[in-house]
Amino acid sequence: MKINLTVNGEKREVEVKPQTRLLDLLREDLDLTGTKEGCGKGECGACTVIMNNELVASCLVLAIQADQSEIITIEGLNCQDELHPIQKAFINKGAVQCGFCIPGMIMSSKQLLDENINPTEAEIKRGLSGNICRCTGYVKIIDAVKEAAHKMKSRGEDDD
Amino acid sequence: MEFNHVHKSKKRVDVYEKVTGRAKYGADMRFPDMLYAQTLYTKYPYAEIKNIDLDKAKKQTDVEAIITAEDVPNNKFGVIIENQQVLAEDKSLFIGDGIAVVAAKTAKAAARAIELIDVEYKELEGIYDPLKARKEGSQLIHEENESNQVIHHPLRKGNIKQGFLESDVIIKREYDTPFIEQSYIEPEAVVAVPYQENSTITVYGSIQNPFATQGAVASVLKEKLNKIRIVQNHMGGSFGGKDEVVSSMAARAAILALKTKKPVRLVNTRDQSIKESYKRHPYKMKYKIGATHDGQLKAMQIEAVADSGAYACQTPFVTWRSVVQATGPYEVANVKTDTYGFYTNNIYTGAMRGYGSPQVIFAQESLMDELAEELDMDPVELRLKNIYHNNSITASGQKLDSHQVSLEEVLTKAVEKSDFIEKYNRYKKEQTGDKKRGIGLSISFRGCSLGAEAIDAAGIILSLKKDGSVNLYSGLAENGQGLKTVYCQIAGEILGLDIDRINFMEVDTLISPDSGSTVASRATLIGGNAVKKAANNLKNRIKKFIAESYEQTEDDIVLKDGKIYGKKSIEIMSIAKMSSMAAMEGVCLTSYGWYVSPEISWDEEIGQGNPYFTYVYGCQVAEVEVDIKTGEINVLKMTAAHDVGRAINPANVKGQIYGGVMMGLGYGIMEELKTNQGYIQNTNFDEYLIPTVKDMPDIDPIIVENPDPDGPFGAKSIGEPTLELGAAAIANAVANAADKRIRSLPINLEQIIVGRKLSKGGGQK
Repeated sequence: MKINLTVNGEKREVEVKPQTRLLDLLREDLDLTGTKEGCGKGECGACTVIMNNELVASCLVLAIQADQSEIITIEGLNCQDELHPIQKAFINKGAVQCGFCIPGMIMSSKQLLDENINPTEAEIKRGLSGNICRCTGYVKIIDAVKEAAHKMKSRGEDDD
Repeated sequence: MEFNHVHKSKKRVDVYEKVTGRAKYGADMRFPDMLYAQTLYTKYPYAEIKNIDLDKAKKQTDVEAIITAEDVPNNKFGVIIENQQVLAEDKSLFIGDGIAVVAAKTAKAAARAIELIDVEYKELEGIYDPLKARKEGSQLIHEENESNQVIHHPLRKGNIKQGFLESDVIIKREYDTPFIEQSYIEPEAVVAVPYQENSTITVYGSIQNPFATQGAVASVLKEKLNKIRIVQNHMGGSFGGKDEVVSSMAARAAILALKTKKPVRLVNTRDQSIKESYKRHPYKMKYKIGATHDGQLKAMQIEAVADSGAYACQTPFVTWRSVVQATGPYEVANVKTDTYGFYTNNIYTGAMRGYGSPQVIFAQESLMDELAEELDMDPVELRLKNIYHNNSITASGQKLDSHQVSLEEVLTKAVEKSDFIEKYNRYKKEQTGDKKRGIGLSISFRGCSLGAEAIDAAGIILSLKKDGSVNLYSGLAENGQGLKTVYCQIAGEILGLDIDRINFMEVDTLISPDSGSTVASRATLIGGNAVKKAANNLKNRIKKFIAESYEQTEDDIVLKDGKIYGKKSIEIMSIAKMSSMAAMEGVCLTSYGWYVSPEISWDEEIGQGNPYFTYVYGCQVAEVEVDIKTGEINVLKMTAAHDVGRAINPANVKGQIYGGVMMGLGYGIMEELKTNQGYIQNTNFDEYLIPTVKDMPDIDPIIVENPDPDGPFGAKSIGEPTLELGAAAIANAVANAADKRIRSLPINLEQIIVGRKLSKGGGQK
């Protein structure tokens, strides 16, 4: 069956099977391989994307459920060469090692900061609790989210 | 010493593609006409395979090929002992053995075909306990052997009988540790492409050790090494885990690719990954230690038995590291150590960060606290009385005289920073309420790099381009640890170039020098030295060219900030301009650096010699809160002091410490791969729990630097030392808090409340 959705601001029409997962649609049909599969069970968060302004584990969402939806993946975060403040902060704070969890981690960070630009450390931890990382011990990831919040806040204030 | 590029927290060179999602990992590779492969695993851990009926599966639409052991040219491989089956032939030996692999046009068709393969098994009674496998007359897991013993490493020093006679206090304790899953977040993935350019097969993917995989694929295909090409780029974590299991997958995909003449992709799901990939060895350890009343160690007797599972894999070397480090970093005149590995029908075991050290450190550092308790001495004092210093003699008889032995320094720094003594004494007293606090520590010495396991050498190729940019080809590979950045920093330091001028190329066995495996925390030390050599070779050629062309003396020439300076520090020209001119003059701008480590020695009969040419030292302190009513353990703080020789990239060193401490915390209180009669009970992250952001303690990293004469700019190792200490420190902290000594990992709430594990196979001695 055909579904219509907006992915990273671009309207897409895709032929999918009833059992196709949103993750497969993104990775296999649209070749957006930035979204990763780590467990297939919604436990690791590597496949996290934003769907209709909410975080979802794309391995647990059927493609047909995404009909008429708006999806943002890691590829949709930076416009051309300009990185999103969260991406910049992950670089500056050395929050990346192997990098496999990072797309999901960044999407969760984005959702967190879009909802709450002043998160406490406990709120950051809650926001990232669905994403597991085996390399970094999370310390610098939290530092990065803090820095991103700071930068996004002052940017927001500049705009006002 | 002033540095411009090393000893600086430079940003990672591979980070841009990782934060934008552009980095391609194994499962992201796409090729025209690519087929999707799926493995059928055995139904029983130990069974005879009577018949495999492929008829129905073959008739499925979109199925292009199916292979079984019959199709494998040489079905057994292994780096040390060649006994790992690519696909189960007559018998399955463990629950992750493959029976058949299907390649189909779609992943779904492959999965459907797998279900249609009809296998007739005769289930056999297996052995699932290494102590049972050890018994004389036990049935043989590998019939070609005389026993189930994979390896025995003895170590004999002094006279333990005499040592125990001289002891006032003798204690005996038993400890055990579980199977542990590496838990890289990226499951294994390979794509095999047939007949690309001049190679018979090219394998791309999540491959920790491209040269080991090249060797395995060549041996399985009975093809020459120069026809097998392995390409590795981004890896979603490995921690020792993507070696033999990935080699096996690469070989399966390669056979299918050659059969279908199409690229074949084989990607594991998490459940498949946990079921088929090797684990960290479970150990059962018996320790006996004797000391005088004033705390001087006199004798140690140790027996450690490792479960090797179905295959030898890395067991001979993992247990060898254990035998070297089993006494801990203490001077003991009389030592008898025996470490063993035995085959069972459990999941096989191999490399995981630590490699034989986390097990013995958990035992021996718990034991030191138990001995301190027995001697009524504080644990720091007991350690200080016995630890290695410069010129100490180790259990294997090695005199530590080539580098600064900084145990006292790391111990003192961690103890002072964590306020250990005050807290230890305070928490030791009766605490009111259900929540009790405790603090504990552990220390270690760790042999850097491979040691006497194998020849320890690595190579680097640097190619300076006409515009002053550089391509760097390395045989050691980035697994996420930060090697690319460190190598670019070392090359940049010597050539006077910013690291953004240096492009670290993907590791490709076609071009990269075979440098052995990226293991044993050896990349900075061994590979870093090779980078240094390659860069110095190039620099010397540049100096010669400039000296001849510009009437300069080589000694006056300095490369810095992308420029070349001569006599009186006057700028001569940019490196870019020089590169272009030198190239036109026919100067060779490609250089090779080959580094071979200093000599080492080992007598396998008595476990004596100089097993490693240098060591690193570490101390970790854990502070915990234990709820004695619910059994909940909360790790509040970890202080980690590590001597790294010199931190080439301090930010990355801290990153290693944070990550390693968290992994050690998982080992201490959370992680256990549960098996029952060879079946694995927790095959995904909903049941195999690893630390999340909510389990984070406050982590205080302390970098200690005593540059090593054999390290590049003095640098040594950091990856593994960070992980090996946590479990012991936490066990000691729990004992300090709740007055309960747990000798079996992971320390969990059942043990705190009822004093033993409730799960099958648990129970404390």
